[in-house]
Amino acid sequence: MGALTELDIAGAIAAMDKGACSARELAAAHIAAMEGARPLNAFITETPEKALAMADAADAARARGAAGPLCGIPLAIKDLFCTDGVRTTAGSHILENFTPAYESTVSASLWHAGAVMLGKTNLDEFAMGSSNESSYFGPAINPWKAEGDDRERVPGGSSGGSTAAVAAGLAMAAIGTDTGGSIRQPAAFSGVVGLKPTYGRCSRWGVVAFASSLDHPGPITRTVMDAAIMLEAMAGFDWRDSTSVDVPATGFRAAVGGGVKGLKIGIPREFRIDGMAPEIEALWQTGIDWLRDAGATIVDISLPLTKYALPVYYIIAPAEASSNLARYDGVRYGLRDDGENLIDMYERSRAAGFGAEVRRRVLIGTYALSAGYYDAYYLKAQKVRGLIAGEFRAVFGDVDAILTPTAPSGAFALGEKSDDPIAMYLNDVFTVTADLAGIPAISVPAGKTADGLPLGLQVIGPAFDEAMVLRIGRVIEECAAFEGHPPAWWRQS
Amino acid sequence: MTVDKKTVAKMAHLARIGVADGDLAPLTGELNNILGWVEQLSEVDTDDVAPMTSVVEMTLPMRDDVVTDGGKADDILKNAPQSDHGFFVVPKVIE
Repeated sequence: MGALTELDIAGAIAAMDKGACSARELAAAHIAAMEGARPLNAFITETPEKALAMADAADAARARGAAGPLCGIPLAIKDLFCTDGVRTTAGSHILENFTPAYESTVSASLWHAGAVMLGKTNLDEFAMGSSNESSYFGPAINPWKAEGDDRERVPGGSSGGSTAAVAAGLAMAAIGTDTGGSIRQPAAFSGVVGLKPTYGRCSRWGVVAFASSLDHPGPITRTVMDAAIMLEAMAGFDWRDSTSVDVPATGFRAAVGGGVKGLKIGIPREFRIDGMAPEIEALWQTGIDWLRDAGATIVDISLPLTKYALPVYYIIAPAEASSNLARYDGVRYGLRDDGENLIDMYERSRAAGFGAEVRRRVLIGTYALSAGYYDAYYLKAQKVRGLIAGEFRAVFGDVDAILTPTAPSGAFALGEKSDDPIAMYLNDVFTVTADLAGIPAISVPAGKTADGLPLGLQVIGPAFDEAMVLRIGRVIEECAAFEGHPPAWWRQS
Repeated sequence: MTVDKKTVAKMAHLARIGVADGDLAPLTGELNNILGWVEQLSEVDTDDVAPMTSVVEMTLPMRDDVVTDGGKADDILKNAPQSDHGFFVVPKVIE
């Protein structure tokens, strides 16, 4: 057995079951790693005492034969999931001092399965961003650096604190949320596995809302098998989320080893965008070759509306955000900046509490929903969204899954794209369509740039067929044999 | 479509976000960049298309209309910036 912080979930469960280590030892090793990695700024709130107490409870449960499927596994929780009695900020000044009195359904399910909470991870403010740079608490930093270039790099976003924590060995796995790519793009940038399940698979109850019709909780892990283990614990019907779907959420682990023999894999020609980096194109071709060699049939497919997905997203997501974020009014919770009257108090509180990107999106969303413009923007976008979802449904009549790159580049340096919102939005060009269509997609680390930064491949599957994307993801993982341990330059002595 | 400073000021007021006068011009430019970019959606023919209203095919579940939760006034007030006697306190609204 190697270092405790290099284990995956499956390996750690096996080690604990045979008594090679305890949950308390695992928790202590990860707490030490977390506390030694503060330069990465991956955590907004660390909860070491809670972790040790939960680990002791896990050891006791295992001793009496009552170990759940995640008994003793130390996890990091994106600071968008409400955690009972533990501050939950959404990466925003406006929620800087908010401590929920309730637990999100998804995190409660993980604790019920025996998992241990290490802390709450950094994110773009209200999950609005692709680099973590819009966090009020400063950006999380990617543990990976380019060879011969000492600049700090973004971990991607919005779930960048979660992916950085898993990549750096601070947490064995994490949870994030994906609205336009916020699990998969940072997973690709950080060299870890990120799974966005079908919409409605994992409850949104207790998750700070960004864009309700697009928000998908999901796991971030070191291996595809771990993603299956996490998903089985996280997924399931929840009466408190009216869009939660009551379908069985089992069998994901069993599906992982299924292979791709006889499967038809679609390659969408519209994803070959202008100016695509040659190394992204080469990685994609490598992935195609892997799947073909493993027995799959490769099929050229067309998804003509792909190029409209980002513009659709940048109407629908801001519109839903402007509505969801109306609740931050300085009255019931959150920051308050007193003014001359009630309206003035609202305007001052929200001006002081929201950062530039959140303000921009709320204003775009307010405009898109305002009288006279609703049809031209919001309704138009929902129509095109319906057409995009329909294109996917039609394609899945012919193929079992779709293979694409996850992101158009490797991780960029801090500040490199922060002046141009649209350049930042383009990071999600390959991920956003699966959010609009609500279908499952996984990013698996599959290679590196010439200067050593991680790159991911994405597998998109039909609604409710997470088993399909997991088994294809596993084949990519086996072929890629990705070396996932960046040198620990951040470690403080 | 483009917006001018006056429209942005109106949106800010509708969204109840105070925007300093000096911020209006740069913000107007940023919003116009985004609106110009999403304009390409007009190329898509949506004449006989129904807007998407449900992400996955499902029927909304029904439940009995009964009280299942409550009695949590203290929890609910715990994060209030200002509260008194079991109420949220706001600036005076009626003179």
